[in-house]
This record gives sequence, C-alpha cells and structure tokens, in this order.
Amino acid sequence: MEISKKVEEIAPSGIRAFFDLVLGMKDVISLGVGEPDFVTPWNIRESAIYSIEKGYTSYTSNKGLVELRREISRFLKRRYGLEYDPEEEILVTVGVSEAVDLCMRALLNPGDKILIPEPSYVSYGPVSHLAGAAEMYLHTYRENGFKVAPEEIERSCDKKTRAIILNYPSNPTGTSYTKNELKSLANIFQKQGLVVISDEIYDELTYDFGHTPFPTIPGMKNRTVYLNGFSKAYAMTGWRVGYACGPKDIIAAMTKIHQYTIMCVPIMGQMAAIEALERGSKSVEEMKKEYRRRRDFIVDGLNKIGLDCHTPQGAFYVFPSIKMSKLSSMSFANKLLKKERVAVVPGTAFGPSGEGYVRISYASSMDNLKEALARMERFIRAKS
Amino acid sequence: MDEILEILEKDARTSPEEIAAMTKRSVGAVKGAIKKYERDGVVIKYKAVINKGLIKDAPRGACALIEVNVAPQKNLGFDYVAERIYMFPEVTNCFLISGTYDLLITVDGKDMQEVANFVAAKLSPMEGVRGTVTHFLLRKYKEDGEIFKPHEKEKRLAISY
Repeated sequence: MEISKKVEEIAPSGIRAFFDLVLGMKDVISLGVGEPDFVTPWNIRESAIYSIEKGYTSYTSNKGLVELRREISRFLKRRYGLEYDPEEEILVTVGVSEAVDLCMRALLNPGDKILIPEPSYVSYGPVSHLAGAAEMYLHTYRENGFKVAPEEIERSCDKKTRAIILNYPSNPTGTSYTKNELKSLANIFQKQGLVVISDEIYDELTYDFGHTPFPTIPGMKNRTVYLNGFSKAYAMTGWRVGYACGPKDIIAAMTKIHQYTIMCVPIMGQMAAIEALERGSKSVEEMKKEYRRRRDFIVDGLNKIGLDCHTPQGAFYVFPSIKMSKLSSMSFANKLLKKERVAVVPGTAFGPSGEGYVRISYASSMDNLKEALARMERFIRAKS
Repeated sequence: MDEILEILEKDARTSPEEIAAMTKRSVGAVKGAIKKYERDGVVIKYKAVINKGLIKDAPRGACALIEVNVAPQKNLGFDYVAERIYMFPEVTNCFLISGTYDLLITVDGKDMQEVANFVAAKLSPMEGVRGTVTHFLLRKYKEDGEIFKPHEKEKRLAISY
C-alpha cells in the first residue's frame, strides 16, 4: 500500500536490528535500558489499585484531572518557584513523548526550522519532520561536555528558525547546564526570537548542582514550553503520564490536537501521579543518592579500563568514547554483545555525532555494573 | 550517616575500592574509616540474609516473639533484667518498648518444645520478670527490609531508548 510521503521520508532506524538481536539473546547483561531499575514506589501503585477499586474508570477532562493539574502547579511552585495556572497553562499528556509531538505540531509551520542539539533523544528529529518542519542538528562535543555552544546556535539561526529543543539532563549524554550556562543560552534565544521546548524529564536526577528549569530564567517563561513527567523521578515509565506547561495560547493549541488524538490520559495513571506528587519525594531522594553512587562508580571503572568517559551531571547515562577500540559504535556494540554478552546502545542511535561513543545506562544493579565492567575490560584487553 | 555505612548496610560485600569510586574518596581513607567503625563497634558484623524457607534440608526450627513484663530495679531501671535475659544465646533480639509490656524479645529453638522449655525454666522464674506472653512465629514475610520471596524476573525490556 502507498504510504504517506512524510512517513516515507523518515529514515528507518538503523538500530532496530541491533535491538532485536539484544531482545532475542539470553543471559545478556544489559546496560542499554532507558528506564529506572526501580519499581514504582508501593504507595503510588497502591493508590492506583485503590482508585480502580473505587470505580475511577471514566474519561477525564481533556487537559487531565483538575486535581492533578493543581498538584502539578503546587509542586512546581514549591520545588522551583514556578507559577503555572492549572486551568489554562498545564496539559497532562501521555508521557513527555506525546507532549513533544504536540509542541511541534502546535508551533511549527511547513518550512520552519527547529534546532536540535545532538547527540539527541531519538524522537525529536522525526517528530518535527512529521510536523513539516526542517530539523537542524547542532553538534555537541566531548571536549565541552556535550554542551551546546551559544555561538553555534547563533551561527545556525536564520529568519526561518523558529524553535529550539533543550533536553537536560540529557538522554543520551547525561549532560546538564548550570543556571549561568542557561542564562547565556537564554540571551541568544531572546535575540533570535526562538521558542524553547524544554524537555526536563530527568530534572530530579541532577547530581552536582541544583536543577534550574528553563522557564525560571528571567524573560524565558513566556517563550518556553516546559515538559516533564513521572517516568524517571518516580520510576513510572509504563504509566505514561507527563505534562506540558507554557503560555496559555500554546497550551490551548496543544490541547486542541490532544483532544482529537488522545482524548485524555488514562485515569488510573493520573490518580497514581497525584499520589506521586503528594507523597513521593522520599523515594526520589533515595533513588537519586543510589544513582549518584553508581554514576561515580561506572565513570571511574570505564576510565580505568581505558574508555575515556566524562562525568555527566545527571540522568542515568554515561557516554564514553570507544575510539581507542578503533571500531565504529555499531560494530563495538555488536562485538561486545556477541563476545561478552553485554548490551550497550551505539552512540549513532542518537545521531551521527554519536559516532565513536556508546550510551551506557547505569540504571542497573551494582552487581550487574561490576560484572559488565569486568566483561568490558576483558573485551578491550582481547582487542588490543 | 556516613555514606560508607549506608553502602555497607545495603551490601556488605562492597569492597573498599568500590566504595572509594562511589564516594570519590581514596581507597586508604575508606579502609581507615571502615577499620575505625569496626574497632568502635559501629559495624558489629557482616552477614547474609538467608531465606531458609527456600532451603529443602534446612532445620525447621521454631521462633517466638515474647512480651515480657518487668519490675524495674532501683537505680538500674530495666537494664539489669534486660541484660540477664539477652545474655542467653537463645534470645536473638531484645528491645525495650513503650506500651502495655516492657521488653519484646525473640527466642529461637530447634522446636516449639525447646522454646517452651526456655520460657518455663529460665525466663518466667527470673527475678524481676512479672509475666510473659509467648507468640510463636508462623511465617516470615519480610525481615530487615527484605521481602522473603523467590528472585523475580527482570520485567523491563533489555534495551530501550
């Protein structure tokens, strides 16, 4: 059957075959998992079960339960001093993934350009392409910790450049930005008149300094759509609950699309999310502490075995260079999987600038991390 | 609490080298700190939590939670009687608690009879012990934060973005 041109234009993911290989193999230690290794805290699961028992099984308002939107609003105020009106400036979405798609479709016209720092999360490019926009990748480099350089943005902007997507802490590099770094970015965005889509799903997993949400930077709130959710901080990936906050005209436009495509986020997930915001913070602190230790352990271990690895400031990923192996990212991942049964994600899954790197997720038990490091060391020794 | 202790409490097998990497301290500093904790009695011992229910030939054994009512001694409070009780090797836990009785202890024996004999011969007749209530333990669901159930399979996809 003939497929729409827009969809045909999206290149099939070269990484799919590798993923299938991993999924079909037994006894693999996987450092390729993009989700927490904790189960959703029991109080959150229990409250969802209770809501089903009480018969909360209906549709909700398109924007999401007003109680949840109010909780999100209160939480952002308490946590970051951010103020969003729960009635008009918050939309509950099916994870941040849906929110990214809604942003692109609500904001971009055919021919508009959007800047995407790379290596980048896999959906940004294809989703902006589906919205008719031209995606422009901004390469980032190991030398400056995979941070996007303000000059690079300036160089890439022209009259057609409408928006930029930020993702910090980043999947796949774990890179985050300090408040001052964000301020210098903000100056350029202001100057170039860019709208900012800020995906901050890993905000609670920032280890070396406090996380600064982009809309808290002076002058940025009215040009930013702030995206967050429950997947990472509360280990709720499978529940698919996220949210978008922003100026009311953008939220209204996003809601228009959302009401026809999704209608509303499943109510059970929304009930669970309310509990997460009301009582979830102790679990978040414990998780964060555990991840920070694993990060320091894995960065130290990778550098010791000869894989140059910078210390990322957040998320649960490290992005070491595998250039000393003289293999491409894909071939390194393939060989490591076949020889030592350790799965990592080739850096090229996140764009061409990921060549020479792999993404390692430390959302795995310490025992797994230790064993994987030992196997990787053996693999590298055998190669050299 | 020192992070070293938090890590050891979670997994006592973590080596000083690993702890050093996790806490960004030197291996020497970690080793020194652990030595000091051991010497000062902060770290009492290292042991494994074993789910005996899964071992086929494990001795069945019996365990009882026992409420003990104590007459406190002048100038010594409950400590004197508590010590006389917890010094028995059969007593595996001993807590002073608030509420309708004073000490909560656990007693292990090879069977119920042995536990009952201990209560009748040693505990109840002890000077200062005013009364006891014995509850035999039927099943352990959770102990020291660990849930007693077989190892669960990984539920996440082995690889994802």
